[in-house]
Parts: sequence; structure tokens; C-alpha cells
Amino acid sequence: MTTMTTDVLGAPVRRVEDPRFITGHGRYLDDIKLPAMTHMAILRSPYAHAKIRSIDTSAAKAAPGVVAVFTGADIAYNPLPMAWPAGGASGIQNNVNTPRALATDDVKWTGEGVAAVVAETAAQAQDALELIDVDWEPLPAVTDAEKAIADGAPQLHENAPNNRVFDWQVGDKEATDAAFANAAVTVHQRLVNHRLIPNPMEVRGDIGWYNPGTDEYTIWMSSQTPHIQRLLLAAFVMGVPEQKIRCISPDVGGAFGSKIFCYADMALVLHASKAIGGRPVKWVEERRESYGSTIHGRDHITYVDVAATKDGMVKGLRVKTLANLGGRLSTIGPGIPTTLYGRILSGPYKIPAVHCEVTGVYTNTTFVDAYRGAGRPEATYVVERAMDLVADELGIDPAEVRRRNFLPPDSFPYDNPSGLLTAVNGSKLYIDSGNYEPAMDKALAMAGYADIAAKKAEAKSRGKLLGVGLSTYIEVCGVAPSKWIGAVGEGWGAAMWESSNIKVHLTGKVVVTMGTQPQGQGHETTYAQIISHELGIPMEDIVVQHSDTQGTPFGYGSYGSRTSNVGTGAALKAAAKIREKARRYAAHMLEANVEDIEVEGAEYRVKGSPDKKKTIQEIAFALDLAFDTPEGMEPYLDETAYHDTPNCTFPFGTHVAFVEIDQETGNVELVRYVAVDDVGKKINPMIVDGQLHGGIAQGIGQALWEEAVYGDDGQLLSGSLLDYALPRAEWLPSFELDETVTPSPVNPLGVKGVGEAGCIASTAAVANAVIDALSPLGIRHLDMPFTAQKVWGAIQAASGGSGSAKGGEA
Amino acid sequence: MIPAAFDYTRATSVEEALGILASDEGAKLIAGGQSLLPLMKLRLAQPARLVDIGRLPELRGVSKLDDGRLSVGALTTYAELMDSPAVHLAVIRDVVPAIADVQVRNRGTIGGAVAHADPAADLPAALLALDAELVIQSSSGTRSVKADGFFQGPFATGLAHDEILAAVILPAPRGDAGSAYASIQQRASGYPIAGVAAVVFVGAGGLVEGAGIGVTGVSDHPYRAHEVEDALVGTTGTADAVAAAAALVVGDREVSADIHAGREYRAAMAVVHARRAIEAALARAR
Repeated sequence: MTTMTTDVLGAPVRRVEDPRFITGHGRYLDDIKLPAMTHMAILRSPYAHAKIRSIDTSAAKAAPGVVAVFTGADIAYNPLPMAWPAGGASGIQNNVNTPRALATDDVKWTGEGVAAVVAETAAQAQDALELIDVDWEPLPAVTDAEKAIADGAPQLHENAPNNRVFDWQVGDKEATDAAFANAAVTVHQRLVNHRLIPNPMEVRGDIGWYNPGTDEYTIWMSSQTPHIQRLLLAAFVMGVPEQKIRCISPDVGGAFGSKIFCYADMALVLHASKAIGGRPVKWVEERRESYGSTIHGRDHITYVDVAATKDGMVKGLRVKTLANLGGRLSTIGPGIPTTLYGRILSGPYKIPAVHCEVTGVYTNTTFVDAYRGAGRPEATYVVERAMDLVADELGIDPAEVRRRNFLPPDSFPYDNPSGLLTAVNGSKLYIDSGNYEPAMDKALAMAGYADIAAKKAEAKSRGKLLGVGLSTYIEVCGVAPSKWIGAVGEGWGAAMWESSNIKVHLTGKVVVTMGTQPQGQGHETTYAQIISHELGIPMEDIVVQHSDTQGTPFGYGSYGSRTSNVGTGAALKAAAKIREKARRYAAHMLEANVEDIEVEGAEYRVKGSPDKKKTIQEIAFALDLAFDTPEGMEPYLDETAYHDTPNCTFPFGTHVAFVEIDQETGNVELVRYVAVDDVGKKINPMIVDGQLHGGIAQGIGQALWEEAVYGDDGQLLSGSLLDYALPRAEWLPSFELDETVTPSPVNPLGVKGVGEAGCIASTAAVANAVIDALSPLGIRHLDMPFTAQKVWGAIQAASGGSGSAKGGEA
Repeated sequence: MIPAAFDYTRATSVEEALGILASDEGAKLIAGGQSLLPLMKLRLAQPARLVDIGRLPELRGVSKLDDGRLSVGALTTYAELMDSPAVHLAVIRDVVPAIADVQVRNRGTIGGAVAHADPAADLPAALLALDAELVIQSSSGTRSVKADGFFQGPFATGLAHDEILAAVILPAPRGDAGSAYASIQQRASGYPIAGVAAVVFVGAGGLVEGAGIGVTGVSDHPYRAHEVEDALVGTTGTADAVAAAAALVVGDREVSADIHAGREYRAAMAVVHARRAIEAALARAR
């Protein structure tokens, strides 16, 4: 028997998940209906800042169908954990305040949960919510980070004077000051990277079930990190042994980072199920509710200073950022604007001196944590705007400024001289690889960049302002290795490795179980492609499982493109172990020495005797039956491997955006988008393209349309999709994508990761394009998003009109 | 997104629906449900009873009257309107695709849009510009009113509680007419920040002999801008004449403001889109 298989690694294989997703057979959290299941609704604060004087739940408890009503006082659990304090240098104080399952004494943002109703139906739970009477004492609120740290601002937490969570810094202050002292040219700009609201198609939800017979808890959750949630819920929140909790993530309909975290509702459904005697409790957030119950992203105010020579060589970068972290801290809130932002501020450029100070700030807003790219889009925005500001100041083409400052291709592995990537004990990350100029040249050629003046003139003849913007980004994928995460003093207090188990059953069918957790990325396809390639077994004989702490090896989950870099490493190692054991058993079956067994695809052959061979399926069959197993060999082809990557991977590329502005209305139209990305080798180029398309659209959304807007009283004015504008396909041109391929030396397959690249690059490219379009009017900078009203106001102001950027009194 | 409890009656005739409305203060009509149901799910609307008129055949469909005008039944959906002789009116071709999305246009009804009277709904602007008539039924009979004057405030119209909007009468297409709709949309909701529909009648020598200008999104209800019409009529529609007329589109009305558009910007957009709509209408008439 010979099983031939075509090599699927690197091929645009159709996703095995898609038939179930697109025919409505996906099984998402809300599709799960358990026997005797109850439904929970959560009463949320209408105030941004208020004390809770008392809560009267008596009418709600008496309402039809109500099983139980809870307030914070009923729940003995600890506050949620905060697992990634800002660190990096000794003595950095993190003033930690995290949410509880339900708020007890006070609320810090509109939408914080204060009471929960469990009822027979979701409608009854919702009806009973209206009967809960909370006696509020409203307090003054502050939503802007700059206002929150000012004298006299409303104070949120006693342990955080002036609403400061931490004051963190990284880089070489002395060298940076010296660079500015000696600089021929300096530029300065205040940049706002505004707040965004994650909007995966599937909102979050949980089902909690306490089994009174075994004293065990099971929770189904729409999560990127079921293993971590078991750890956090057990050890930090509930105080129950870890083995008493099982976490299951069913199909997850998108996340963008927002489902990494430990949320109050998780603890709440488990508490509720136990309190009502073990009936399952389901809670699914509504879209509007999610804007206050699930994290937001970004929200930085940054002051950037750049020191450069007259030739545009950047010699110093000084960045001061206020990071708005919301009313309490989310699971890794402080880690995002520090480690994942400040440490990569220099991007693809050789900047000898960099210094960054970040202050985390409490405000009366929804908590802020990782949103697609998490810190890296913010950093890219700063350095890519900085490059354009230098170009503008010196009258040098923005592409040329970038070219002069790029790290040359012989720089790698690159150890940033300002120590951005150095941990407290000297443990370093390196930028593993890069070759930036060819990617930029390719993108510029595709874009027809040389003819830009003619294109602008043509647009002007139609009454439009054309702008072109560049973003020459780098990305950091697969946050790891554990030793760096630990040593950097900013770690979870946990590792960042991944795991994989491979079982080749008696029938030759393969089950791969992974510790990573897909949210739509196609892991069931890509891992199968890898294992098929490694073991010579057809893809259709391989199934990839994940997402259940009972039955999958521990893993830290999927975010930051960890799967591509770290997860694949684990799968490759497990496959190598399978191959090695199969080889040893083939030697036994073929009565040959192990050293003489050659492996090609599924076949294990004796060197020099090509007819003497066994397939992996035959080996698996015999090893499973184990009628004839040599001394010292265990039955069954079943191997588990763990992988901790030696370094992060660093994809890069150049994106070029073209916008046209209608001067009469301020409307910005994205007319063309060119991107050349280098994500190393690709497991499945179709999936890579999909990630790029989605990411690019998401980043464009931030630049042009999306914005979380709070009123001064802390009400979220963009509180639904009627006021929060997501990008729509009809507003986007067909993206023109191409690639360069610089394999990562860090990953055995040479892959890097692509989950965030699109949105890291595109926001800055579009911003630079809009400002380029407005530059003939003398406009040097404008903050995102470039809504029609804001652009119209800027045009009016620049041309002496009466319009303000706010379009008049709102 | 769970509405408060309500009673539900599916009417089998207009008479039955009118009877319920007359006897039940808490009853509210539902047709396509594209505006009412979202409000109910947010519990911003909590009607005690819904009277579903969505399946009454006598309120559905577009027919030509003897005088050439079109009677559009209140239950006609936006999609059906686009598949009817009403598309001979250019402003209808412009305005319908600007409304919401395909799914909403397949379910949402013309009568529902008019009776709901969202201050930023697109369709009323076109009906005002076209000088459409509204046919209203009650237990005591049928009456017709002009669209002009029907919209009185946010979600407030000249429709009494015991009345049903039965049909919208559109004018017959004319050879000397041109019409258009121009708007700028609020990106999240798709509702116009300012939307202007223009109908012009151009006679010999390019003289503008008549005009209808409907405006939506700008103030607390859609309105007909007679000032613009008066300024336009009698001119030959030169660029200057159009600009001068369009500049009158807001007048002394109170302009709405929200996070997407302040008063100044919204008023400016009303002028820009009035000019664009008039210019497009003139081009079509010439």
C-alpha cells in the first residue's frame, strides 16, 4: 500500500472550515443550548462615575420567570487579575484597580455591570432588569487622558493619585537629549491615536455550568484563550483548583484581540450556576452592551519630537505618550502601550537614539486593551507620521527620507542601539530579518509614484485634491520567547510557549490537537497543510482540534500572530517526534538499522533496497495493535511537543494609499491602495491575502471613519453601529497586493505571521495620504479620523473660511 | 435587543385595522418594520399593541391613474418601487439606492417611511420635491393631502392616530422636467447629513418655469424649500442663479447638530447639495 499525496504546504488550499461557516453550520456560543439552561442579563451603569448607595432587587426577584438576582455584594470572588504590569526598569509603580464580577461600591464607566438577573428566558431576564432600583450618587467624570492627569480632575481611585496608572520609560534619555542638542533640524507634533471599538461579527458570551455532583465548573466562552482563562479564573478570581474548571471555546466569530481577556461575565455565569444549584447560565452580550462590557483599543495622546540632519537622517526620536486605559484595568491593559508600543518605536529605521515615556491613565471610559496590532499600529503611526513631518520640513520626498533611514539589509539580526528591545537583565530580542528597500521600490513602481505630480494635476482639473501616503512598517509577530517576556520584567508572570499533540490512529487517520485557538483564521486548514507536508498523509485524513482545556494540551492562545510563529513550531516538533518513532518502528518491521531507514513523504524505506518499505499508515496500524513491539518501545503513534520560539518574527512592507478629497464637502475617498508585504514563507497564500485584505480595511476604518466618542459627562455618544462607522466593502477600492519573500530565520518554516500587518500599515498610509492631499493648503497635520466634517473644517480654516474643524457647535 | 412585551394583531382588512386604531390608544401600525422594530428592540418604543397591516393586498403595488399619475400603495417596498414605472422619475432612481441597504429596501415600505417621518429619511425629500399627494384613510372616509406640510416634527406628521396612510400619489413624468437627489451620508447610519431633492421644469429658451425642492436631514423634519424654488423660477438656471438659489436652502430654520455634523457644517452641506441636485436636475431637463 502506498499513499501518495501532493504537497499542500504553500498552496492556496480552500479552507476546510468554510463550508460549515458559510452554510450556517458553525457552532458559536449562542448556538449552544443546554438542558435546563437559564438566561442572564446584566444591569449596567447609566453613569460614567457614580457611587452605588443601595440596590433594591426585590421587584426583580418577584418578576415572572426570574430564578435569581445578584449584586456585587453576593459574590465573594476576587477582582479580576491584571497580568501584565508596566515594568522594564526597577521601581515602576503600577496602581492596579481591576473590575469585579459586579461592581460593589462604585462604577467607573457607563456600562459597568452592577446587577444580574437569571431567568427562564432571555426576555424575562431583560424585563426584570427594568425592575431593579439603584440609588446612585453621580460623581464628576473625566474621559480625556490629558484632562484626567491635570490638577483638579475628578479622581477615580484612591491608590492612583492624579489618575496615573504608571509612569514608564524605555530607551536612552541622555543620548536622545544629546541628539536633539546637536540636531540641524527638529520637528514636533502632537498626535492623537483615537479610541476604537472592536466589532467582531460575533459578540462575546459565556455559558457557565456548575456540576454539583463533581464540584466541577464548565464554561463555554467566545474566547481566544480558553487555557489562560481557566488559569486566571481558578487561581486568581474564584479560588478553586485549576483542575476543577474546564473552558471550551466553540467556533469563535472574530475577536481582533477583544476576546483574549478575563471578563467579569465569565466569573458571573459560574457563580450564578452554582448559586442556583447547577442549572447552566447563558449570557450573550448585545452589540450596544458590548461597547461597555468588552474592551476598547488605542486611545493615545502623543507628543513626538524628531531630530534630523539637513539630509533627513533621523538622529533622535523622543516620544511622550498618555495612554488612556479606561476606568479599571483589563487583563493586560498596561502591557500594550509599553512593551508592545514603546519598544518598537524606531520601526524599520536606523535611529541611534530613542527615548519614550508613557503614562497610563485612568478615565471614566470603557477599559482599554489589545485591539488588532495592539501597540504596534500606534507605534507605526507615530514613526510614519514622523517620517512625513521630517520630509515636509526639509522638502525631501517622503519615500526618499525613508530610503535614507532604512536599516540596510546586512543589519540583521539587529540589536537596537537605544536598547528598546533589551530586558532588565540584558536579555534581548533582535529584529530577526529584513530587506526594506526592495519592498518599497516594488510598491512605488506598482503605484506609479514617479508620476504623482501629473496625477495630482489631473485630479485638480476635476476639482479634487489628490494625496498619496506611504507606510513602511514593521510588525512584531509571535510575542515571545518566554525568557524575554519574563526577564523584561513586564511579563504575565507566565510563559509564552505553545503545544501540539499528534495522534496517528490505527486507521491511518490523524488527530492534531493544538493549544492555540482560532477565531476565523483557518487554523484547521493551515495546521493540516503543515502536518500533511511533514508526514506525507493526505489533508483529508487529518483533523485539527483545539479550544477545549479537556483534551487539548495547554496553550497560551492565539493573538499577535503567535500561531504562525510559535504554534507552527510546536506542530513541526510533534510531527518530527512522530516521524522518528515511525522510523524506529519501520526499522523493526523491515529488520534494518534505524540509521538505514530513509523517509520520503509517507514512505519509510531501507537505503539501497527500495522495495523494502512501509508506509506510515502501515506503521501506525502495527504500532497501535502492538502485537509485535520491540523491547523498550511504547505502543501507539502519539506524540506531544512544546515550542518556545527563540525570538519574535518581524514582517515588513510598504503600503501606498491614494485619496481624493472633495473640497466642498471634505469627503475623503480612498481611490487606490497598493501594498507589498513580506511575511516570509506562506503556509497558505490565499489565507494570507485574506488576512491582509481584512487588516488593511480595518486600518483604513480607523483613519477615515471609526471613532469612539465620549461626551464630557462620560456618555458614549458613538454608542451603537448607528453612530460608530465601520468600513464597508463598497467604500474600498480593490487592493493591489504583491510581495517580497524574506524567510524568517527564527521559524523552521520561514513564516512570520500576518494577522496584524494590514491594519498596522494602512492607518498611517491613509493618514499620510490625506495630509499630503491637504498640504497645498498649508496643512501640516490633522488628527484622525478624517471625517468629512473635520476635513471640511480644516479646509475652511486654511482658506480663511469661517468653518471650524468641529463644523460649528454640536 | 429584546422588545418589551406587546400584543399583536394581524389585520385582515384596512377596515379591521382602522377599527382597532379607533378603539385602542396604545395600538401602533407595523408594515415592513424596518424602523419600528429596531426602536422596539432598544425599548425606545414600547407600543402596547402592534397591528400588522403588512399583508393587506389592497395597500400594495403601483398603478397608473387615469390622469397619468402613479398611485403607490403604502405597502410597496423600496425594491418594488424601483421595479415600477416610478423609475421614470429620475429623482426616484436617485433616492432609493441612497436609502439604507438591500435588505432594508426589500422589506421597508414607502408608506412606513412617510408615516414614521424620521427627520433624516431620504424619501420624504423626493416626495416634497415631486409635490406628491398622500392618500389617508380612516373610518370616516378618505382624504388627500400634499406632502408639503405633512411632516411637522421629528417622527410627527399630519396623520391622526385613527388614520392609515393608504397611498402616495406621484406626478406623471413630464418631458420638460428634470429631477435629481444629492446627499452626503453619515457614514455609520447611512442617513443623510443633508439631502436635497430637486425637480425643475424648463421651458423654451431654457427658462425655469417651475421647481420643487425637498430637503431632509437638516432640521427636525423634512421640508420643502419654497425660497429656493422662488429664486430659481424665472431664471435660465445659470451657475450663478443656481448658487444664489441654493444659498437660501436653510433660511432661518433651526439646523440639527450631532457628533457627525455640527450646525455650521450641516447648513453648508445643505447648500452644496441643493446646488448639486438643482444642477443635476437642470442637466437632465435640458
